[in-house]
Amino acid sequence: MHDQPLLRVEDLVLYFKTRRGHVQAVDHVHFQLSPNKAVVILGESGCGKTSMAKAILRLLPRNVSRYSGKIELNGEDVMGLTDEEYRTRVRWVKISMVPQAAMNALNPVIRVGDQVAEPAMVHLDMDKEQALNLAQEMFQHVGVPVDFLNRYPFELSGGMRQRVAIAMALITKPQLIVLDEPTSALDLLTQANIMNVLKTIKWETGASYILITHDIATSSELADEVAVMYAGQIVEVNDAESFFSSPLHPYSQKLMASVPKLYDDEQPDFIPGRPPSLLDPPKGCRFAARCHLRFEKCDQDPPTFVVDGRSVKCWLYEQESATVIEPAIVKGGVS
Amino acid sequence: MNLNQFRDITRYPSAVVALVIILILVGVSIYTVIALPYQESVTKWRGGDMVWQDNPRGVPPTWINLVRSKKLPETIVYRSTDEGVEKQITPLDKELTDIFMSFQFEYTADEFPQEIILFFTSTYEKKAPYISLIWKTPDGREISIGDFAIEKTYTRRISQDDQLTKKLGAPAEVALFADPNSEEPAPLKGTYTLEIAGITFEPESAFEVKSIIFGKVYGMAGTDHLRRDLMLGLLWGTPVALAFGLLAAVITSVLTMTIAATGAWFGGWVDGVIQRVTEINMMLPVLPILIMIGVFYSRSLWVILGFVILLSIFGASIKSFRAIFMQEREAGYIQAAQAYGASNGRIILRYLIPRIIPVLIPSLVVLIPSFVFLEASLAVLGLGDPVMPTWGKIINDARTNGALLKGQYYWVLEPSFMLMLTGFSFAMLGFALDRIFNPRLRGM
Amino acid sequence: MSAQLPTSPTEAPVQTNDILISVKNLRVWFELKKWGFSHVGWVRAVDDVSFDLKRGEAIAIVGESGCGKSSLMKTLLLLNRPHQGQIIFQGRDISNLKGKELKWYRSQVGFVQQNPYGALPPFMTVRRILEEPLLINGVKAKAERMERIRQALQEVALTPVEDFLNKYPHMLSGGQQQRVVIARAMILEPKLLVADEPVSMLDASVRVEILRLLRKLQQEHNLSVMYITHDLSTVRFFSERIFVMYAGKLVEQTHIKDLLSNPLHPYTVALLTGTSEPDAANAKHLKEVPPGEPPSLVNPPTGCRFHPRCPNAMPDLCDAKNPPTFEPLPNHVVDCWLYDGDRTAYPETS
Repeated sequence: MHDQPLLRVEDLVLYFKTRRGHVQAVDHVHFQLSPNKAVVILGESGCGKTSMAKAILRLLPRNVSRYSGKIELNGEDVMGLTDEEYRTRVRWVKISMVPQAAMNALNPVIRVGDQVAEPAMVHLDMDKEQALNLAQEMFQHVGVPVDFLNRYPFELSGGMRQRVAIAMALITKPQLIVLDEPTSALDLLTQANIMNVLKTIKWETGASYILITHDIATSSELADEVAVMYAGQIVEVNDAESFFSSPLHPYSQKLMASVPKLYDDEQPDFIPGRPPSLLDPPKGCRFAARCHLRFEKCDQDPPTFVVDGRSVKCWLYEQESATVIEPAIVKGGVS
Repeated sequence: MNLNQFRDITRYPSAVVALVIILILVGVSIYTVIALPYQESVTKWRGGDMVWQDNPRGVPPTWINLVRSKKLPETIVYRSTDEGVEKQITPLDKELTDIFMSFQFEYTADEFPQEIILFFTSTYEKKAPYISLIWKTPDGREISIGDFAIEKTYTRRISQDDQLTKKLGAPAEVALFADPNSEEPAPLKGTYTLEIAGITFEPESAFEVKSIIFGKVYGMAGTDHLRRDLMLGLLWGTPVALAFGLLAAVITSVLTMTIAATGAWFGGWVDGVIQRVTEINMMLPVLPILIMIGVFYSRSLWVILGFVILLSIFGASIKSFRAIFMQEREAGYIQAAQAYGASNGRIILRYLIPRIIPVLIPSLVVLIPSFVFLEASLAVLGLGDPVMPTWGKIINDARTNGALLKGQYYWVLEPSFMLMLTGFSFAMLGFALDRIFNPRLRGM
Repeated sequence: MSAQLPTSPTEAPVQTNDILISVKNLRVWFELKKWGFSHVGWVRAVDDVSFDLKRGEAIAIVGESGCGKSSLMKTLLLLNRPHQGQIIFQGRDISNLKGKELKWYRSQVGFVQQNPYGALPPFMTVRRILEEPLLINGVKAKAERMERIRQALQEVALTPVEDFLNKYPHMLSGGQQQRVVIARAMILEPKLLVADEPVSMLDASVRVEILRLLRKLQQEHNLSVMYITHDLSTVRFFSERIFVMYAGKLVEQTHIKDLLSNPLHPYTVALLTGTSEPDAANAKHLKEVPPGEPPSLVNPPTGCRFHPRCPNAMPDLCDAKNPPTFEPLPNHVVDCWLYDGDRTAYPETS
């Protein structure tokens, strides 16, 4: 990976203020993404993966107590942009998003064609006719019959609505599309069909994806790289090949072992316990309490060790050849 | 929902204030019901002159003096039967007796009193006692203000004695107190004495007197046109209003909720009938119907309460409750309950209704003042309960007696303030409860 | 893994008293009405479904949403009434039970739902939640109720019991909530457990835990279990037989191993192809899955309901005549014209 990365996220922090304290939803996260690649952010519910998507797209709720770090897009730090600049120059121009449960996120009283055309009118300065033509093109791209342009969301099936939401993200031809659980509520075959659509788009348009999901098996359909998130932190970044055959972090290993496989007689395993609260995460390694390989050092927060271009936040990989990304000093402090 | 959520109230200062006010209102109600028994109070309120004759007519409360530069006088009462009143009884012969008493008082107000009245009672067989009144001012003047025979009960209204007015050049309550050296009529401050000299003509004959110099302020709440102490009305208005509001709100809410739940659960024609009845009921004009009931049937508070409830249960909230229930009846735990054999009644009461309590409680609390206001509105329109004193009726009395035209603002403001206080406190509490029970409404 | 249960194909035909529940030509149709009365049509949610479920046996019903598996489940729970056909439970037809008998039947069937949080009343404590079925089914003595609640919680490994009794559902993790749901389903000691996607809402790391728990309870109590899912990959660790359902009909019924090694119905083949395994190679090629979506149950296609999407559809046969049930292999039945008579060729895609 000698090319300049498309996206580089460094030390990204997003905390929320709630009545019970500060939720450390995204805690000093690093990763990068090359052009025309797909990175999977893998994590279980409540690990902060959706918050990270929101942090990258700067779609923040009002109760943010801390939002810092560096998000470089094509080498430009977009964190420095004002909200207005970000809205006009980045969101839906360079990065777009298919939100979670997108098929329920469409406006029920606007025709789907108009909804898909909307970003083109706002960001590409198109008039309505041009935008609708483009929308029609997008519909063909994602496999929605063109005559659906004039339908309302409720007249479409879940799978079709999901395709519409993808078309909406595609219409401005962004370099990067954030997909938040794009298929989780869909049926198996619909899910496979949508994955096919996403693959085709990636191959044909050269788009990059950040795929946020909890579904390991399905994520392998799209992944070039896998970043595993646990309790607000990325604990492993690995290329797909290596991740699906030999994951590094004990959590990743356990997670892989919990996937039931169709043609494998081995009983899947499970991880006892539950993830720590993000209100007051443990000082040391956040997975330590559930880890089968735990040792004394796990009481301290592990830095991220980079071994052969794969990074892992676990003391087991402390070795001389490893480069180290130290945890930030301001840890836990809230501005 | 659990009790812990109620503790969250402390997070909302407005709710704490509201709760304190409500507790005070409830405290007042309890005090009233215990200290001023209902029957006694009602009798008193409707008692007329015999009960209220010692009070000045239509005067503001005493504390008004705190904000006035010219202090208004308070009422001064002397009774010859009081302890410590000395009567000099001098028998003149076998038949005649001279009875002399003098009342001394300090007068410090900047305004003249309202009226001077003496109430006599006497015992005799044939010849009534004869009385002479002497008024002594602080500067030493002595004014004869009347010589007259009294009957067994006799009221001497000094202020309405035309001859005396003519003689003094002004009505007695002004002339007797006026400072002769002042250009503007102003009362002379100091010690006044009223001497009552009487002669009885029979050995067994005697008399007693109650002399009242009516002030221009009275009590905590002032008085109305019938000299009634408004405090009694305001106090009794509290439990009446709270009971009316609370009963109406609780009964309508509970019934509405149960009906909505029943309709939503059974669906089909049951739901259809409930919806149609609701729609028809929503078109009915409530106030005119209540006015007709008041005019043609009964103005009893409890009858009106019954009709208010009857007209409110099929209200608009059936629609909103139903919407929630329709959603809730699809919930997994309802299916589960059916699967383990819960009956329809149990599902409605134990599963559907508890789910709506968080919505119900705040709306119920906010509903209380609206019923209190409705009752007050009816009373202001002259359809108040004929027996009980209520805030609305006080306002109605004030209105029919032109209180605002006469500048008797306190008469309207006091009951209005109580109404506003009730409305404010329940509304504030309701809004806070709404935010506590429905966290989605909370601002982030 | 599982104890040897009397379901293997080698065994003699089962005795009737081994069958717990027998579904015969079951139809669950819902009437569509306009303005609340005029008939518009029928939603044929379950159409002519027959199967037997033995004591102590676990079956899986696999299908996509809208295939009628939920309606079938609700009908077995008697939350829906059958439109036609019979449900024979322990030798008696239960489809029209009322009153006390209905209550008795319901106490014999436990229900584990998909979304544990929705399945638990949020305003009740765990103790109360578990007490409800006991109260409703006439367990009068408080001590006995408490004893059974404790026992149920122990069985689902929510221990120490005292830590959970007074908790509200929202205080528990998804896995713990699902354990409470299972404890509630088990507390009346049912003979049949109906589990509707019991793990699909849970995180991957706890799914297996719950499936194992269900399996353990099934074996310890010799329960019959009907496991409803869309996820083929979990089925093999849970049930003996598998029924594939498409558009209101059971299209293939067999043992799970046979299904995986030799799927017969083109729809089953599509499901197996569509199921992803964690493998980086997946990203390199497209999946060969049939396009389109399951048909409407109001106007299902004529003939075989899968024919518009079927890669092996034969003109003038599949689109015209509804396929009967064939048994090309022992204990492996399929509703597909490909297996008509002596034609036992497998579909080309397999």
